[in-house]
Amino acid sequence: MSAARPKESLRDAYGQTLVELGTADPTLTVLDADLSGSTRTVLFGQKFPERFFNVGVMEPTMMTIAAGLALGGRTVFASTFAVFAAGQAYNAVRQSICYNHANVKIVATHGGLLVGGDGGTHQMVEDIGLMRGLPGMTVIVPSDAPSTRAAVRAIAAETGPAYIRLPRENLPVVTDGTFRVGVAAELHSGSDLTIVAVGALVARALEVAEELMRSGLSIRVLDLASVKPFDAAALLRAARETGALLVLEEHSVLTGVGALVASVTSENYPVPVRRVGVPDVFGESGDPWTLLDRYGMSVERIRDEAWELLRLRGKVQ
Amino acid sequence: MAEEIPAELVASLESKAREIRRAVIRMTYAAGGGHPGGSLSVADLVTALLFHEMKYDPARSDWPERDRLVLSKGHAAPAFYAALGVRGVLSGEELLSLRKLGSRLQGHVDRNKLPWVEASTGCLGQGIGMAVGMALDGRLAKRANRVYAILGDGECQAGLTWEALMAGGHYRLDRLTVILDRNGLETDGSTESIMGIEPIADKFRAFRFHTLEIDGHDFRQILGALAAARRTTDRPTAIVARTVKGKGVSFMEGQHSWHGKAPGKAEAERALAELGGSLEGPVL
Repeated sequence: MSAARPKESLRDAYGQTLVELGTADPTLTVLDADLSGSTRTVLFGQKFPERFFNVGVMEPTMMTIAAGLALGGRTVFASTFAVFAAGQAYNAVRQSICYNHANVKIVATHGGLLVGGDGGTHQMVEDIGLMRGLPGMTVIVPSDAPSTRAAVRAIAAETGPAYIRLPRENLPVVTDGTFRVGVAAELHSGSDLTIVAVGALVARALEVAEELMRSGLSIRVLDLASVKPFDAAALLRAARETGALLVLEEHSVLTGVGALVASVTSENYPVPVRRVGVPDVFGESGDPWTLLDRYGMSVERIRDEAWELLRLRGKVQ
Repeated sequence: MAEEIPAELVASLESKAREIRRAVIRMTYAAGGGHPGGSLSVADLVTALLFHEMKYDPARSDWPERDRLVLSKGHAAPAFYAALGVRGVLSGEELLSLRKLGSRLQGHVDRNKLPWVEASTGCLGQGIGMAVGMALDGRLAKRANRVYAILGDGECQAGLTWEALMAGGHYRLDRLTVILDRNGLETDGSTESIMGIEPIADKFRAFRFHTLEIDGHDFRQILGALAAARRTTDRPTAIVARTVKGKGVSFMEGQHSWHGKAPGKAEAERALAELGGSLEGPVL
């Protein structure tokens, strides 16, 4: 099924949306750290050179400069790869942006293992946990290009810090292009099990859900793109109505969305939760999609985990 | 210097700086903590900015055209609060709430608690970057205001400081003035014994700053340098202000141990006696 879904670039969607936002808001300002071709902020830079600052390889200071610009009343976007935005610049994001409540939107590309050939140094699998832990930070992990456009617009419309994580790879279109901060999109309805997923793994969630449907099983799929604030009501409804949750993320299972879902359900409505994601290891160079398989996020593995939960629930033998 | 600086002005600023130093001792004594050494070294620089050089209106802290001061060495917060007290913005009673639960006077300046703070700082190397952002913002918005950043010298060991200075030089931010409180000491000892930053003025020059070196306790030199910065176009100015850590209190002067330690009662009384004050009576 997913093979039939056309793939689109989330990064292009971001760059194009920035240009639209910059046209509507003459004070909107964008920074990049020598990766504007990859993050696609170059599109904004070409259109509005006076409001675009490519600061070079100084990611933490890109964040402090962004904060200074934002404290004057501007909406500021700052982009680089996730490993630099959330890793290299962490404390500048914490102090200069979050502690100051500066209106800076960090859009980090090249999140997760899908970076591929650049290897483990550049495959950021801890950023969701790092950013989610910052007071006042909104965290969004879109699953396709149309919802990326909506998410970028949504965070620009709100005041305050935000972090959006985008992958390097193009992803199949899985949403209807709507996105609301704090709302989980139900992409597939079902009552036997819920698969909660973010980013690139939403398409795999749908693939498994559709396959299991052909076996007579009813699988709900939630796109938890809004990681913070998250849709607690949708998660708890899923816990009550489907009795088990399988969480998929291209991120460390220690600190990511699986950990979030497990803590929310265990505190409020305990049901079996299983986490599929990157184990407690760094990645390595390789073909992006093969890396996902190799590091435990293959369709087969997702299917096996789903069957395991369905057995626990007594839905299958 | 190009501008005549009247003796009455110098005397008035000296008097205000002394009052600020007295308040710093009262505040850190009451708090049982804080950073007196660097607050005393920076007191004259803060006085010159807030009582003469800077254009701002305490009653309108959100006035867009105001000059901005970023205390990149955010631990010198007591000097800034004391200056606001002397200016009549904060009460003596509030000054004594420094570092206490519920106070607006956080250990390091916090813009979301105190409206006259432009940027919350404390992690060294970040305030200067925010000042660069503010100067860029002012340029984009076609405002005439200036941005001042006060750096500590230990802070000059941080790579972030030099990233931000590189950006300030690159963007030719002539409305940005960076003032280095060069007291020579950091928490553990002298900067030159720990991680030398000299020749510091040459470094600023290499980063494309118009660079001046002054005695940071001589108001004629401070005001002269600030005026020279105002006249400078096409590049930012760095003022290397040679200062004495703990300035004004004999037993604190030149002692790194007073970086982050409050005076006890006897020490506070001695310090205040030297500064012409006492622990009794109103702070201001």
